[in-house]
Amino acid sequence: MNKSIYSYIKAMADTINENKDFLTQLDAEIGDADHGTNMARGFNTVITKINENDTDVSDVLKRVGMGLVSSVGGASGPLYGTMFLKASNVAKEADITQEVIMNMFKAALDGVKERGKATRGEKTMIDAMEPAYEAFAEVINSGGNLMQALENAVKAAEEGVEYTKTIIATKGRASYLGERSIGHQDPGATSFTLILKSVLENYKN
Amino acid sequence: MVGIVIVSHSNKISDGIVDMCREMAGKDQIIISAGGMEDGSIGTDAVRIANAIENADTGDGVLVLADLGSAILSTEMAMDILNDNSINIEIKIADAPIVEGAIASSIEAYLGGNLESCLKKAEEAKNFIKLNKK
Ligand SMILES: Nc1ncnc2c1ncn2[C@@H]1O[C@H](COP(=O)(O)OP(=O)(O)OP(=O)(O)O)[C@@H](O)[C@H]1O
Ligand SMILES: [Mg+2]
Repeated sequence: MNKSIYSYIKAMADTINENKDFLTQLDAEIGDADHGTNMARGFNTVITKINENDTDVSDVLKRVGMGLVSSVGGASGPLYGTMFLKASNVAKEADITQEVIMNMFKAALDGVKERGKATRGEKTMIDAMEPAYEAFAEVINSGGNLMQALENAVKAAEEGVEYTKTIIATKGRASYLGERSIGHQDPGATSFTLILKSVLENYKN
Repeated sequence: MVGIVIVSHSNKISDGIVDMCREMAGKDQIIISAGGMEDGSIGTDAVRIANAIENADTGDGVLVLADLGSAILSTEMAMDILNDNSINIEIKIADAPIVEGAIASSIEAYLGGNLESCLKKAEEAKNFIKLNKK
């Protein structure tokens, strides 16, 4: 990557803070109205645990993951925490090539699926994350560059968020609502997409 | 002695459950409340739960009673954290209603039951009949 790992985490924290009320509003519609608060508390905690001079990507991701686990408070804590911890394991390689980033993305996805035991179509962050990974991997595996991979991933994630409006939640708090969850987009799929978008923007600028 | 850990989103709930269990299981039975967040907010915290599990273990294992949603996810995360730090504790999460399960299993632990029997008592609480409807 072209910039410090800190700048990426900072970009994520900024986007979460900007969208805090929006995410909480989405969670108010189909959950317990805390997703924005949870995510903001988490990212505002982790940003104090890293700094601009950190160069060890794996170590930073590990501190971010552990920080989220102990400060988010909701289901997104262990889920996002696992995402960063699994990516951290793969990032131990000295050179973070675009193939390594693809493998980090895959490990993160597998980790979240294993932690939450959700599959696609259950109205969770998986509905944004899995198509995003697939779009990302398709570009990398066909010899494309990181910019294109990120752009396609964001697009796929956004479509995933739209898709969550059409389905019933069967995991998490929203599952208590049954059919009444239709018509609302999933907060976790939304936060994931915002985070991915912040990565793309930071990479571009 | 099997240790019991109570994981709720609310520390008032987990503290209250511990108080209720103490009435029957005595003051020496290990029952630890790991509810809510460090700062008192509603939520669950895997690190806090991992610490509680470590403190509850005397070598005979720990039974966790959890409420819902992330209480389970965070407890599973706590188990992974302990494992990653090479802390070997036998841990079971009970598939049981948190209050009834906590009371049934803490009495069993107090009477000298092992982890398996405490788990069984907790899970039997699922079928506990409260109302005799005619
Ligand atoms: N089992 C799961 N697998 C994948 N994602 C999940 C799962 N459960 C919940 N989520 C995601 O988490 C988001 C909700 O996160 P939030 O921080 O609001 O936690 P919560 O549901 O309030 O947690 P809690 O279980 O503590 O009430 C959902 O929108 C969904 O995307
Ligand atoms: Mg919520």
